Amino acid sequence: MDWQFVFSQALTQAIGPTMLVYALGAIGLNLQFGYTGLLNFGQAAFAAMGAYGLALSVVAMGLPFWWGIVIGLLAACVMALLLGIPTLRLRADYLAIVTIAAAEIVRRIARATVWSDTTGGSDGMRGFSEPFFEMIPWDRDTTWSFLFVSMDNGRLAVDFGIFELQYSYRDTWVMIVGWTLVAVILVVMAFLIHSPWGRVLKGIREDEEAVRSLGKNVFAYKMQALVLGGIIGAIAGFVFALSRANVQPDAFTTDFTFYFYVVLILGGAARIFGPVLGAALFWFLYNILAQGLIQAISADVIPPSVIDSTQVGPLVFFLLGLGMVLLLIFRPQGLIGNRKELMFDVR
Amino acid sequence: MRRALLLLSAALAGLSLCLGVSSSAAAQDAYGIHGTLDDQQDQPVEGVSITVSDASGAEIATVTTAADGTWAVPLDAEGDYVVTLDESTLPEGLVVRNCKPQLEVNVTGDRTALFPLDTQVDGCTPGESPGGGETPSSSEDESGEPGEESSESEDAAADDAAADEVGEIEGEGGATRAISLLVSGLHFGLMIALAAVGLSMVFGTTGLTNFAHGDLVTFGGVMALLFNVTFGLPVWIAAIAAVVLGAAFGWAQDWGLWSPLRRRGTGLVSMMIISIGVALLIRFATLFFVGGERQRYTEYVGQPPWDFGWLVISPKEVVTGLIALAVCVAVGLALVFTRLGKATRAVADNPSLAASTGIDVNKVVRLVWTIGGALAAMSGVFLSISDGVKFDMGQHLLLLVFAAVVLGGLGTAFGAFVGAMLIGVFVQMSTLVVAPELKYVGALAVLIIIMLTRPQGILGRRERIG
Repeated sequence: MDWQFVFSQALTQAIGPTMLVYALGAIGLNLQFGYTGLLNFGQAAFAAMGAYGLALSVVAMGLPFWWGIVIGLLAACVMALLLGIPTLRLRADYLAIVTIAAAEIVRRIARATVWSDTTGGSDGMRGFSEPFFEMIPWDRDTTWSFLFVSMDNGRLAVDFGIFELQYSYRDTWVMIVGWTLVAVILVVMAFLIHSPWGRVLKGIREDEEAVRSLGKNVFAYKMQALVLGGIIGAIAGFVFALSRANVQPDAFTTDFTFYFYVVLILGGAARIFGPVLGAALFWFLYNILAQGLIQAISADVIPPSVIDSTQVGPLVFFLLGLGMVLLLIFRPQGLIGNRKELMFDVR
Repeated sequence: MRRALLLLSAALAGLSLCLGVSSSAAAQDAYGIHGTLDDQQDQPVEGVSITVSDASGAEIATVTTAADGTWAVPLDAEGDYVVTLDESTLPEGLVVRNCKPQLEVNVTGDRTALFPLDTQVDGCTPGESPGGGETPSSSEDESGEPGEESSESEDAAADDAAADEVGEIEGEGGATRAISLLVSGLHFGLMIALAAVGLSMVFGTTGLTNFAHGDLVTFGGVMALLFNVTFGLPVWIAAIAAVVLGAAFGWAQDWGLWSPLRRRGTGLVSMMIISIGVALLIRFATLFFVGGERQRYTEYVGQPPWDFGWLVISPKEVVTGLIALAVCVAVGLALVFTRLGKATRAVADNPSLAASTGIDVNKVVRLVWTIGGALAAMSGVFLSISDGVKFDMGQHLLLLVFAAVVLGGLGTAFGAFVGAMLIGVFVQMSTLVVAPELKYVGALAVLIIIMLTRPQGILGRRERIG
């Protein structure tokens, strides 16, 4: 049983492309839930809007790549407006129910066979990511090394001696773009949150009536937070779609949204770096558990009579669900959150 | 391009798929068509002959399925191929459910071709010219790989409460079909109502929107499966046991989790997210122990329906529907006439005021959880008798239950009942105009429209929404 391999794998994933998707989605959610107190349970749908907006406009409409990005962002805005107008005036749990329903509508429409000629039905779509990967500024046969970082035929390897991180040609590019996006968005977020605008958002989270009595248009502020968070969700959708070079409707289930929440709460809501920390830890834990169990089974450390390899997935998700419940009960502020900031209630 | 087939990645990849860990697992360099033939019980079907020919009709290969139901035909090049299943080689009683024993496959790699097998056809006439027309959505129903959460999720437990019956008479008069859909809608509505009453009352008494309520439905179905299949008891005993265990589960949840949380003063938002965690826990525990396949009870599976000419309905639907109706009426009467029922409504109306009049609020909440758990379990058992048990059945029902509860008015038991009946009928009747796979979309759209126009629901009162 190769612990070094398991650990290297998990560490590779902990800062890899999928972790970036969770980080970006949770950053959007942080603005909505962490700072404004909006219970958006449809973040997966915003990611789907981005991913499908890009895929549909490039594949089905034959538009250039950048138009696809613009359309994906616009789709997320439109969806935020459509969801926000009826529900933001109501209680928080109404927004939760409506967003969860809307996310399911989006997913079911995307997988409907009626339009499968365009959307690909449950198979999803591919063939939109080539322009993105053509932008890679180095060649496939690039080879260099610098201290412990090296590139071998386009593949990036970071060798720390005990363990080694390896990324494929494309993953490396997704990571460069993804981490740049995360950095830019975090800087913008930090400025926004510490501006007067951000203070109003926190005010709304703590006491909506008080903010309203100060003459602020609470509805407009909530809507801005919902739209901005949705746009960041759409960016997560872009990274998700591009890193896998396909979109599939069933990737955007409500579970996807719930993992954004796990990530956010694990890291600490209402903290700028919370989502990034949470995403890294969540994805590290998932991978070390899943890989470790699979390795343990194949090495006969755990006899197959106890659990077989098809049960590893459910078991890991069970443990993550359990972890989420325990976390919320015993440490609702997560790793770096502030407990006092998260005592808000519905209404 | 025909989408009758699903590009399935490796069986295990299914779960990780929804998390995005798997890259595209299908090898793109080898061409071929393969598949696994399962019957409706997910048992492999052996010795069925399958022919692959190219677009011009020239036969390339004929294979028979192996003992584990698998078959594969390697190909030399990409292109369109026709896969034909020889129905005469199928075991006695099995048919291709969507009447499409011939599939056109566009091969760009190693593709999967699947034939849904069942004991009766679904919404088509056997012998219909094969390969023609759009492939109905039901072709996906039995095709998901075990453990692959994603591809089979459309096959929601609640999905086709009476699809088998409806399917048989499809093609006859529209009025007959409408009546059948109405009846199946009422049945489905009663199933939703059983779950919705509990959800609505929990909300009414504690303010908690319980996202784990759907998984209480799954719990009922699974417990009955345990007693029926594992212990070999008759379904009716298993059903009773499941309802009792459902009540115990509801009680235990409140005793062990929600009641302590309320005492700690945990915020409702935190509790809502905790309920999501609980939902994940129950769902993945079910997946762990039961597996990802749809499983059926040992009785009432291929029950011959009653044919009244204007209505075809199977006896199990009538019996479960009547029991559900009786239970709903009993709960309603208890709420109106018994002391505890009155206390429950008082707590739902205003917990503080109820407490000040001497009602033990925590006792009432515990009771609501117990009854809610029992009703949800009953709903799960009844749905499973029709459609079989699957680990995510409750998850898919949950959104319809939300729609019902919001339509009727959050926090009101009677509203939940009315809303559930309306949603059930609406979902089934909407298939007259929209594709069956989109019927849930309609129901969820109704939910959003109600939010927009009358957020307090039909029987709710305006002040509830704040």
